[in-house]
Amino acid sequence: MDEIAAGLVKAIELILALDPTVVEITARSLAIAVTSTVIAAILTVPLGGLIHFHNFKGKRAVVNIIQTLYSLPTVTVGLLVFLLLSRSGPLGSLGLLFTPGGMVIGQTILIAPIMTGLTIAALSGVGHSVRDSAVSLGATKVQAIFTIMMEARAAMLAAVLLGFGRALSEVGVAMMIGGNIRGYTRVLTTAIALETSRGDIEFSMALGIILVSISLIVNLLVNRVQGNWWV
Amino acid sequence: MKGRYLGISCLALILALLCSAATAADDEAGEGQKELLRISTTTSLYDTLLLDEMEDIFEEMYDVDVRTVSGGTGIAIERAEKGDADLILVHDVVRERKFIEEGYGLSRTCFAYNYFIIVGPEDDPAGIAGMNASEAMKTIMEQGIENPDLVKFVSRGDDSGTHAREKLLWDRAGLDYEEVATSDHPWYVEAGQGMGPTLLMTNEMEGYTLCDTSTFAAFRSDLSLVPLIESDDFLINVYAAIPVSPAAYPNTNCEMARNFINYLVSDEGQDLIAEYGTETIGKPLFNPARGNCDLIGCSGDECALPLAEDACSQASA
Repeated sequence: MDEIAAGLVKAIELILALDPTVVEITARSLAIAVTSTVIAAILTVPLGGLIHFHNFKGKRAVVNIIQTLYSLPTVTVGLLVFLLLSRSGPLGSLGLLFTPGGMVIGQTILIAPIMTGLTIAALSGVGHSVRDSAVSLGATKVQAIFTIMMEARAAMLAAVLLGFGRALSEVGVAMMIGGNIRGYTRVLTTAIALETSRGDIEFSMALGIILVSISLIVNLLVNRVQGNWWV
Repeated sequence: MKGRYLGISCLALILALLCSAATAADDEAGEGQKELLRISTTTSLYDTLLLDEMEDIFEEMYDVDVRTVSGGTGIAIERAEKGDADLILVHDVVRERKFIEEGYGLSRTCFAYNYFIIVGPEDDPAGIAGMNASEAMKTIMEQGIENPDLVKFVSRGDDSGTHAREKLLWDRAGLDYEEVATSDHPWYVEAGQGMGPTLLMTNEMEGYTLCDTSTFAAFRSDLSLVPLIESDDFLINVYAAIPVSPAAYPNTNCEMARNFINYLVSDEGQDLIAEYGTETIGKPLFNPARGNCDLIGCSGDECALPLAEDACSQASA
């Protein structure tokens, strides 16, 4: 139990000292997670909208598949992308294995199902009266869709935040695709795994505390922005 | 209204900065067009951080970007077989020979060694002190079957070099590994993890396990386990370096792999290996292969000798 307290002390030490290794690892963690989230959002919000606003045969099945993919183990996504990006795999010539770029690809694939599914859920939560009112006020189809999306923005933001959280704190993809290479693909989660297996529990705990703190700061920032939206 | 736009623009700016940081990190590697050396190694070697130190020195010597990935010996070799590494540093002579025979590896060079030891609880419930390694394993099994609550053996269970040695020990004791490892037997525990976590598990269960001296030294202060079997010729653990052959992967960086091996076996490299660990825990974690070739059973060309200038071009011929 005193490892937790020792870890907390070490975390504060590392932050105050701006330890260069920790700063580098943290910046990389953030950069990769944010990039993955942004790309995934660009892809999944329209996709979620498309699926929600159209009725087609097999829509129920598609939504079911998306929801099933929420539980994709990170190591499995890691393994699949590894097979794709390996030199002896189909995309081997791109040389993306063991690079941050490869990690972004893997994490984007990992969080896409959650973000798509929650976008659909968010849009489903908007009452029909909103669409009806918009249409009766003379909105075009596009304007109506936009209005509905604005109504659902809180829930959609939650979807994006969840995707970001998952990307930031996952180990499977980061380890398999990134390889935890010092100075190049080492991120907070893989560093935690390494330090734990090396027995440096204190340092490992400190990194964990830093990771959670980052999450907290991001959430606070986003809430601030949300606050401004809700005038 | 203004506040809202300010908030959004701030967030967008931060996002843009972070995205460019992510891509910049990628560019840095490509900008100077530095040569790249990809090393695949085992956790038992990597976790001691010996390689980090050697990397720093080597990167300065050759102005190259060295990228090291570690895992169990199984995946370390697998990565090289798939062409994702230029050089492997592992410790399983049987699989190393197979790697070379199948055309993936160029040659084998022993550069360091340490020992495996059997560690266990101080009161040694199975009474193995003083035996040779295989006898000890057999005794642990017999005692464990009789009394699984008192005597347990924790295996790496992960196809690592250490796991491979464990299987050989069972073999040498005249036992069939498949029979030993079946799940009917609660005395035999398969951790499926790296050496460190396996040691911690063994500590919790007050059992026995096979471990390398370097990892044990690193974890010593967290454990109440003690080394019980330390000296047995069969417990020598030899680390070897094998470049990936250009015959298998023409684009492999064989020349730089050769340079790294030559550094490992040079006087400076062997000196570094001989001293590594003395500062942190008071005694060296590894022994250099230099001068110990007979002891470690590493013969002639393979033992701590630099590779020839044309080693790589010969292979692709």
